[in-house]
Amino acid sequence: MFATLDQIFIILRNLVLGYLPEVVRPYVSVVLSVVCIVAVFPGLFALTTVFERKGIARIQNRLGPNRVGPFGLLQPIADGIKSLTKEDIVPTTANGAIHFLAPLVLVVAVFMGFAVLPMGRNMVLVDMDCALLFYFAMGASSELAVFMAGWSSRNKYSLLGAMRAVAQMISYEVILLLSGLAVVMISGSLSLTKIVEAQNVYTGWFPHWFIFTPWGLAGFVMYAIAATAETNRSPFDLPEGESELVAGYHTEYSGFKFALFFLGEYLAMFSISGLGATLFLGGWSAPFSFLSWVPSWIWFFSKLMLSIFVFIWMRGTLPRLRQDQLMNFAWKFVLPFTLYNLMVTALWRFMGDGWERWVACTALVIAGYVLLGRISMRREHFGPRSYRYAE
Amino acid sequence: MSIVFWFISAITIAGALFAVILKNTVHCALALTVAFAGLALLFLGLDAQFAGFTEIMVYIGAVAILVVFAILLTRGSETPKGSVYSRYSLTGLVAAAGVFAVFGWTVLESARSFPNVQETPSATAKEIGYALVGRYVLPLEIVALLLTVATIGAVIVAMHEKEGK
Repeated sequence: MFATLDQIFIILRNLVLGYLPEVVRPYVSVVLSVVCIVAVFPGLFALTTVFERKGIARIQNRLGPNRVGPFGLLQPIADGIKSLTKEDIVPTTANGAIHFLAPLVLVVAVFMGFAVLPMGRNMVLVDMDCALLFYFAMGASSELAVFMAGWSSRNKYSLLGAMRAVAQMISYEVILLLSGLAVVMISGSLSLTKIVEAQNVYTGWFPHWFIFTPWGLAGFVMYAIAATAETNRSPFDLPEGESELVAGYHTEYSGFKFALFFLGEYLAMFSISGLGATLFLGGWSAPFSFLSWVPSWIWFFSKLMLSIFVFIWMRGTLPRLRQDQLMNFAWKFVLPFTLYNLMVTALWRFMGDGWERWVACTALVIAGYVLLGRISMRREHFGPRSYRYAE
Repeated sequence: MSIVFWFISAITIAGALFAVILKNTVHCALALTVAFAGLALLFLGLDAQFAGFTEIMVYIGAVAILVVFAILLTRGSETPKGSVYSRYSLTGLVAAAGVFAVFGWTVLESARSFPNVQETPSATAKEIGYALVGRYVLPLEIVALLLTVATIGAVIVAMHEKEGK
């Protein structure tokens, strides 16, 4: 019963494929999986917008959307109709073709990332050898879309927003890659399914998720910081700081193109949370061995929604960083610490299975964190700042 | 296979051509990106996943971004009024043709020079990793050192010198 429920989507797909001739089966199989991804995640996006507005409203002591449907649950449908029927305005000086292409490139690049995420046991669209590399390659291509949007709008706010976004995304992408690399070093594979399998092992009740190791915890925290910056979420939402830049790189977009940017941002959030869950939180594996009967995809999506909740929580709690703080934080603290964490991971890998490695690696991670923080704060003086480009 | 190959090749060559002949520098950079993407797809068509994805990550994610950043920061994004062809375009064409001829000749000769290489070599990420830190560790380290030196050099050249020091 539960095994059937676990594989329900695979069984349904095979059922549909059974009615078709042998020749078209592989193609239809791929199309079905793609349609599922393209339907499920935008649906989740619609839900998340309500969830986020409700959550932020609660944090700010308001009610949030409560007029459309019960508890405002139909708000995304109203928003969708609004953005579909709005006039699509393109500035006369804008670079037409690129202005049109930018949102499409962004959404396509973001959607590609979902192709390699294992969303449950046997539930992965393409199980490739270099899945992690593929994911980061697609993430890198979405930066270009941001630049295209900002540049083609011929608006200084757009351009500044795009420059900020690209600078930020490049800086934090390095951290994202390096913290993912620690996982690759331990599991010995770039394939995400193998990474999940390496974590789907239990000692007693407890799973061997990478977050429950000293290097994994440090790596996960760094990954979470980098992921927040990579998706331009608060407190790293400088590219769209509304008090400075109107709306950043999508200032000159309206109607459905704007909705596509919005969709792209949330989809990037989903996919990066999914990757974080896969790398550090055991992907689709259950948090306790006695809960393994719950279908694997439920665990994956629970972990994903939990990360989304943390994203929303942070947005409601933390103030926005300044540009120089953002860059200094990335290059002077997070990056050195991630590199240091890589060495701790290597030590963990070669210290064998005993308890010694737990003590040594925990001590090293804590010592590294404290020392790095102290050293970088020692020469910090809080006086007037000089702006190189804004004087 | 062959239709896909010809299609991707056409896109790659068109991207590379437009990168040279378009007037607006940012358009050129974006056309160059198309050429990079085409190259990556060609690698993927040859089943070289690692090379293909690295091509996308490094060339589209880093090099293309670097190019557009350089264009924007140096105010080169204004479209030039007159012709974009320099007086030396003919010399450039000859040099390019020469380089292309050498590359083409090398590729065509390679089959004869290495007769023992099998037709479809397997190149998984694991094998590439072992080769990089095993047999080719010295070149790797030299490249790493070179890149570090280049980075430090670039920072020193670009460093903002304070007055009175």
